[in-house]
Amino acid sequence: MTDRSDQVTLREGLAVLGRAVRDEPGIFAVAVTGSAVFGAATALTAAVIGAVTDRVIVPAFARGHTTTAALAGAAVAIVGVSVLKAAGIVTRRYFAGVMQYRLQARYRRRVTRQYLRLPLSWHHRHPTGQLLSNANADVEAAWYPIAPFPMAVGVLVMLVVAVVAVVLTDPALAAVGLLVFPAILLVNLLYQRRLSPLATRSQALRAELSGVAHESFDGALVVKSLGREAEETARFAAVARELRDANTAVGTVRGAFDPVLEALPSIGVLAVLLVGSTRVSAGTLDPGALVSVAYLLMVVAFPIRAIGWVLGELPRAVVGWRRVDRVLSATGAPSYGDVPAGDGQAPVHLGVSDVSFAYTGRDPGQAYDVLRGVTLEVAPGRTVAVVGPTGSGKSTLASLLVRLVDPRTGRILIDGTDVRDLARGEVAGAVALVFQHAFVFDDSIRENVTLGADFTDEQVWSALRLAQADRFVAALPAGLDSVVGERGATLSGGQRQRLALARAVVRRPRLLVLDDATSAVDPEVERRILAGLRDAALPATVVVVAYRRATIALADEVVYVEHGRVLARGTHEELLAASAGYRNLLTAYERDAAERAALRAEEERDGADVFADDGVAR
Amino acid sequence: MSVPTAASSVGQGADTAWATIRRGLALSPEIRDGLALTLGLALLATAGRVVVPIAVQQTIDRGLLRPGGADLGFVRWMCLVAGVAVLVTAGAAFLMNVRIFRASEAGLATLRVHAFRHVHDLSVLTQNTERRGSLVSRVTSDVDTLSQFVQWGGLLLVVSVGQLLVATVIMAVYSWQLTVLVWACFLPLFLLLRHFQRLVSAAYTVVRERVGAMLGAVSESVVGAPAVRAYAIEERTQSRIDDAVEQHRAAATRAQRLVAFSFTTGEIVAGVANATVVVVGVMLGLAGELTLGALLAFLFLITLFVGPVQVGTEVLNEAQNAVAGWRRVLGVIDTPADVADPGHAGRALPRGPIDVRFDAVSYAYPNGPTVLCEVDVAIPPRSRIAVVGETGSGKTTFAKLLTRLMDPVAGRILLDGVDLREIRFASLRERVVMVPQEGFLFDDTLAANVRYGRPDASDDDIRLALTELGLLEWLDSLPEGQATQVGQRGESLSAGERQLVALARAYLADPDLLVLDEATSAVDPATEVRLARALEGITRGRTAVTIAHRLSTAEAADQVLVFDDGRLVQRGPHAALVAADGTYAGLHAAWVSQSH
Repeated sequence: MTDRSDQVTLREGLAVLGRAVRDEPGIFAVAVTGSAVFGAATALTAAVIGAVTDRVIVPAFARGHTTTAALAGAAVAIVGVSVLKAAGIVTRRYFAGVMQYRLQARYRRRVTRQYLRLPLSWHHRHPTGQLLSNANADVEAAWYPIAPFPMAVGVLVMLVVAVVAVVLTDPALAAVGLLVFPAILLVNLLYQRRLSPLATRSQALRAELSGVAHESFDGALVVKSLGREAEETARFAAVARELRDANTAVGTVRGAFDPVLEALPSIGVLAVLLVGSTRVSAGTLDPGALVSVAYLLMVVAFPIRAIGWVLGELPRAVVGWRRVDRVLSATGAPSYGDVPAGDGQAPVHLGVSDVSFAYTGRDPGQAYDVLRGVTLEVAPGRTVAVVGPTGSGKSTLASLLVRLVDPRTGRILIDGTDVRDLARGEVAGAVALVFQHAFVFDDSIRENVTLGADFTDEQVWSALRLAQADRFVAALPAGLDSVVGERGATLSGGQRQRLALARAVVRRPRLLVLDDATSAVDPEVERRILAGLRDAALPATVVVVAYRRATIALADEVVYVEHGRVLARGTHEELLAASAGYRNLLTAYERDAAERAALRAEEERDGADVFADDGVAR
Repeated sequence: MSVPTAASSVGQGADTAWATIRRGLALSPEIRDGLALTLGLALLATAGRVVVPIAVQQTIDRGLLRPGGADLGFVRWMCLVAGVAVLVTAGAAFLMNVRIFRASEAGLATLRVHAFRHVHDLSVLTQNTERRGSLVSRVTSDVDTLSQFVQWGGLLLVVSVGQLLVATVIMAVYSWQLTVLVWACFLPLFLLLRHFQRLVSAAYTVVRERVGAMLGAVSESVVGAPAVRAYAIEERTQSRIDDAVEQHRAAATRAQRLVAFSFTTGEIVAGVANATVVVVGVMLGLAGELTLGALLAFLFLITLFVGPVQVGTEVLNEAQNAVAGWRRVLGVIDTPADVADPGHAGRALPRGPIDVRFDAVSYAYPNGPTVLCEVDVAIPPRSRIAVVGETGSGKTTFAKLLTRLMDPVAGRILLDGVDLREIRFASLRERVVMVPQEGFLFDDTLAANVRYGRPDASDDDIRLALTELGLLEWLDSLPEGQATQVGQRGESLSAGERQLVALARAYLADPDLLVLDEATSAVDPATEVRLARALEGITRGRTAVTIAHRLSTAEAADQVLVFDDGRLVQRGPHAALVAADGTYAGLHAAWVSQSH
């Protein structure tokens, strides 16, 4: 059972090759020239050896002597032609490689540009492993036939010359011999039919394997702390085995194609000899003509093999290309307006007007509401705390403010302008969001703070100081130049959060959004950070998602959110009085402490009572 | 506190190509299984390739061009022979290909799985959280590189050497002098090739490294997409990717240039050999040492000699790429596990209340500062312990040592009197479970993620667990309840919700010792208090160690351990510690001012 869409046609394969030639016409031409030189030199080699035999070797043996000039001439001719052949080979191979790697690089750049352009909702629908595979294994597969391609094109000349010569020599015999071509087409058709679903499956499994490995390594701490290494290995092994079987199936089809393609020209030659010899014996054909036709058909075998290499790789290339193309043709990048976000310094006037948001699952039909009709207004320079139970939609609101996602309905307004009307980069220029899970780039501390923007070391240190990150950074071996991330030191959760905070404040944003951004920092450090933020008197409007009293205390106003709706807003005191949910949330620790204290007291009293009772009993 | 460590690096594996291949074959014995038969088929196919042109040659020379007219019977007979040879060749080649594919894919699957399993034993994963991206390439694309070589190259190399030897013998029959001459021409090439191979090998090693770096850069743009978007650093991120892509392209092109030149050297040497044979052959002929026929035959035979040399060169070049990939995979496998499972040599402990003792335990990162110093502590069964201290005081190290994610550099940790290092992982992980701060979830349903703690749990068990933790209301508020898809890394849920699932997962695993490392840091206070109470209720039978910034946990604990700068500075119940003048009193004051 194969899906029709799994079928690869020759036309599609040729289209992939055509695209490659259009992308790199110059380099392709050079490589093909090299290949043609090689073809010509190969023909020349036979001629030179023939000439040397006739003019130097045979006369020498016949006469019993020879001249130094004759021997030298023969040697020079032989070496010369092989140098020419070598030049052809080097040109073809090197430039075929240049072309292949340039194409790979070009499409890797294009694919990753799409990753950076497409909305986060697209990212949510596509597993990391698949995206990595698209940029790596699929791009590689798409341009794999480029290595043998110039060879196949270069030797086409050989093919054409030989075929014309055959036809001119004896059209009837040519008709027999050239039956090889439709046979090759037929074999190739069968090959594509059989191989393309298998190749599709193999590439998909490659992506799946990469996905399982990525996820499993990502969750290593969970795997290890629950002792699930064996189960994880079994999960990986199951996909590895499927990939093994898929690749073996590909190999079986491939393994049949190559020998058949190699055998066909030989069969053609034998057929010509058989048919031809009958005519020779009947006297209607000159034996010499038959021999030339047979030789010419043998010459044809080599170009056919070279073309076979390309044809053999085509189905996999098309499969890879389709997977790449799916990324390249994906649409839905956020659109930008052309309105600038206003002048540099003043805090933002933030408006959230009747905003609703729903997440779509991997299946686009499945969606669920996270925010429902949220309306909010924050005057410039004010600080608003967003408080609500776990899963009430606070983080979603935070990501809407920096336009990581767009609301389903309603508007986010910065200084009265809908963020969707702002020019590209304007939102990020005005607003900084600090995530709860700070992402650390594989780079130095300095670069992680500046993100490539122009800040002096002074400014970087002062941001780090504000984020209470200066002490641990100063303790790192290379200070600001210490590399963190993939190649460098590991940072604890709290250190990462502080680095991310420094990244935000160094930009002196006009709207600062903190999404529970100090959850991994201990209370004392957090206190210092909050004090710093207040003292620094950043000219910013601040929206802070938080649970801690002290953080909330910073806010001029508190917004209480539950199940995606704003239930109450006002000062902390007002909400304590007015909102049961808010009160319940904020006083949880105190109530807990009080209840425990009461319980302890009771236990002690009970203990005393028991003692007293005992005493009485005695 | 955190320093790049020697232990967190992954080795590059064996040095020489042969050592790599030997080690690789030992790890993937499937590649060698039935190799004799495959080799036999290969020889048959190779022989067929030689026989067919010779048969055609004979048909023409002795059949069609026979002096005195064509011999039709001979032509037909030879065509039949050649036809059979063609079919046998194709059949043998097909069977050989299938066998090679089957054997090599089986061997490589084994290698992948082996490497994958081993990666999970490396501390890189748990200590250096960022390196994971490049480890993926070791079990995927590095192994893929290898498959190409094993399938096309390995056997071809053997066959080529065989053909080379056969050609040498036949040539020697015609003229030993010319045979020596041909070898003399090719000998410098063989020496030169060794040099080239080293260059090519170095070039491909760079290529493999750059593939890893490129995947790292690409994964940054995928995993870090929200951060990239929020700071509008698309261009910068793109230029970093472009750099990595360009570095890979440059390295691959450089390798290709070396390969193209080294391949071509063979062609020129063949030309030189041909020319020398003509010159010396004529001189030998004139001296009466060689007949004309022998010299002409010899010229034909040289092509049989040159062919395999060129194929061999090609294969060797391909091999360098494969060996570079293989080396990276083996490098992973040969990196010793930092924390080794004693396996069957270890002990399995019976389930039940657990007793923990730290005996003068110290920990330091290799070449790094000491992060935990001489900790002595006893945790009695069924007690509730809170661990507090400032960031960097050694709390998390304590938790990782307790759960044996790391081993101490000095001292011992005893579980029911048995050294942790002597307990089988299967037994240890059943009894001791840690819930880390970052609630990582797998891309599956909520139920599947909770079930990860106990694979045989039913949906009812999961619901019961969530009920016991007081999370039922939350569960029912989710659009699809237990069947809710959590997304990659659990990103469809909020950070707090992920922690709830992670906690439920550990709770369902039902360990005797539960270690919570900031496991509820992103959860709202009301839920956190509810969870803490629920856990107390159900942890009566077990020991619980909780690391928390929120000191509400400490107030409820039987004992509080206070860490400061890698040392255990205070211990005792909350009330006593608050009364005492010390680190804890300060921490508590900060906490109260923050949260009350």
